[in-house]
Amino acid sequence: MIEGVSLFEIMSLTTILFFIGIYGFLTRTNLIAMLMSLELMVNAEAINFVAINKYLSPHVLQGQVFSLFIIALAAAETALALAIILHLYRLTETIDVKEVEELKY
Amino acid sequence: MSEFSYIYLIPLIPLLTFLFLGFTAKKIKEPVSGYIGTAGLLAVFGLSLYTAYQYFFVSGLVNGKYEPVKIMIREGWVHFTDKLAIDLGILVDPISVMMLVVVSTISLMVHIYSLGYMHGDSGFSRFYAYLSLFTFSMLGLVMSSNLFMIYIFWELVGVSSFLLIGFYFEKPSAVAASKKAFIVTRFADMFFLIGILMVGYFAQSFDFETLNSPATYQTIQGWIANHQIFSFMGLSIFTWALILIYIGGMGKSAMFPLHIWLPDAMEGPTPVSALIHAATMVVAGVFLVARLYPLYYHIDGAFALRVVAVVGAFSALFAAIIALTQEDIKRVLAFSTMSQIGYMMMALGVSGFEGHEGLGYMASMFHLFTHAMFKALLFLTAGAIIHAVHSNFMKDMGGLNKYMPVSSIVFLIAALAISGIPPFAGFFSKDEILAAAFEYNKFIWFIGFIVAGMTAFYMFRLYFRIFFNKQTDYGDHKPHEAPFTMAFALVFLGLMTIVAGFIPFSELVSADRMPFHSHIHWGDPLVIASVLMAASGIGLAAFMYYKPTDYPDKVSAAMGKAYVWTKNKFYIDELYLFITHKIIFDHVSKPIAWFDRNVIDGFMNLLGVTTEKLAERIKFLQTGRMQDYAMYFVSGVIAIVMLVIYFR
Repeated sequence: MIEGVSLFEIMSLTTILFFIGIYGFLTRTNLIAMLMSLELMVNAEAINFVAINKYLSPHVLQGQVFSLFIIALAAAETALALAIILHLYRLTETIDVKEVEELKY
Repeated sequence: MSEFSYIYLIPLIPLLTFLFLGFTAKKIKEPVSGYIGTAGLLAVFGLSLYTAYQYFFVSGLVNGKYEPVKIMIREGWVHFTDKLAIDLGILVDPISVMMLVVVSTISLMVHIYSLGYMHGDSGFSRFYAYLSLFTFSMLGLVMSSNLFMIYIFWELVGVSSFLLIGFYFEKPSAVAASKKAFIVTRFADMFFLIGILMVGYFAQSFDFETLNSPATYQTIQGWIANHQIFSFMGLSIFTWALILIYIGGMGKSAMFPLHIWLPDAMEGPTPVSALIHAATMVVAGVFLVARLYPLYYHIDGAFALRVVAVVGAFSALFAAIIALTQEDIKRVLAFSTMSQIGYMMMALGVSGFEGHEGLGYMASMFHLFTHAMFKALLFLTAGAIIHAVHSNFMKDMGGLNKYMPVSSIVFLIAALAISGIPPFAGFFSKDEILAAAFEYNKFIWFIGFIVAGMTAFYMFRLYFRIFFNKQTDYGDHKPHEAPFTMAFALVFLGLMTIVAGFIPFSELVSADRMPFHSHIHWGDPLVIASVLMAASGIGLAAFMYYKPTDYPDKVSAAMGKAYVWTKNKFYIDELYLFITHKIIFDHVSKPIAWFDRNVIDGFMNLLGVTTEKLAERIKFLQTGRMQDYAMYFVSGVIAIVMLVIYFR
């Protein structure tokens, strides 16, 4: 609970963050940038978990534990994604998704 | 009982030799595989004789009755309901022990004989593997303790018969013959299976001991008497079940009109004809009726049994007539087999149940036993002759007496036996059959009497035309006597044919399992008449065929159409072809095939084509661009959220 800040304001912030992430994911074609957008979305959710837990049911801890999980998951996912991107670069010498669209009809 | 605890070895040894020879057929070369198979069979032969001795003379007779002994291998092997389960067991009773002796003796002789006969054949090891498979199935069949086991082994002998008829699979005629045999017997087995299921449904058991017990048939007879059981065309459904089971037996035993496969089955190697198509497998139908004899006798006033008698008598006459005119020696023997099996069926059919009334039953089993010996002997001798002359046809033979003295003597013994001349085996059994038939019905006796004369005639026609008649010029390639292994089997079976008639069979095998006394009244007009009939048949054959004469041609010319019809086996094969090809194929199968190809396949194809067309339309959604997929996903989520909010 932060003095003078309401849940509405925090959730507005996370919503904005989330849609910035979606916008970035849909518009950028560089894989690294897309990965960053993905991280933004994940972090918006993590904040949501903590905030809702703190404001609506402060006597339990599940939300905060979930956010810890999300952070760990995000780290693992980033490592994996970076590995894939590196490998892709070795194969095709590009990390632009528009150049890599063999998997289609 | 524990004294028969070794008995499962009897079918097991041939099974093991079959597996061994089957897996190593490519590696083990010629004589060795034959020795392995023969050694296994020798063990089986010894065990069978020991079993027979033990059962008939030591432990079988309890209070003046041969009690069946059941060795349970696995109780509740296949479980349907609490009442209805199939056990895996072995039944030792007079007829199964007798069949054990028959099967193992003939099979051993055929194994020994084939060492010489199959010499140099590329499929030598395969042949022995198949022989072992057949012996296993046949031994299993005769020792089965319930109807389902007998059905399993019934099909197994069918398969081994198929394999052995088609042994020379390079020959199209052999392939056709094996297919024909398999399909005809399968067709009959379909009825057999329905019959088994019906019997199982009403009697609530498949077990022979339960089925044959007075409690079962009295209960069923009570239902029939009180009309508590369905009836169809004036006969109770249980009688129909027994008739259906008998149709299965007709298929295996080549009774009219399911006999068409037997003559063609002669395409197989001759030892196989001797083993399967003369001595053992073809009598399975007789064995089956004998197995269920109490049911056949007690249900519905023995109606089903009378069907057996009529079919048997007709087949005996029909086959004997055809045998008169055939030219291929193996086919003569095949029709003779059919005729003799008809005899056995007839004897079963005219039999009573208790004591001396069961003479027909005992005579049938006796004839089965003696017939196995002399018919196997005839076939094996025919094999030796074919081996020497390289032809199946009588016109290529003649005057063989001086080249093959041993074969000539054993053939003469067997021919005298089958004609019913004392003191050879066939006389005793045939005479009992005729006596039983005479007591039951004069007309059936008369058919048997005529057939006896015809049998003597066609057997001696065969004998004289092979060994005497014209002196055929064999060129440089003189026929020679059979090698030792073949001659040994011939001489052994020849001795059996001489002594088998003196076995006091009625003391061992009877319908109610109680020994009774039966002996030949030498002065009886019936006996004299049948011997005279046989002698006149032989005399006529000698008159016509001992030296080359023109009587045969004159007689056949005088017979005209009758001769042509007989020679073509009364066109039964053509009738079958007409029914199957012209009627069933054209008017049933072809419309069904059209429906399948156009309607059912068409519907399935329509489904496939529609799916394909639809996919062609929407495949452009798969762009391969990651942003597009993300876009679909996000828009989908937003749409769902909006719907949920709107409809809440």
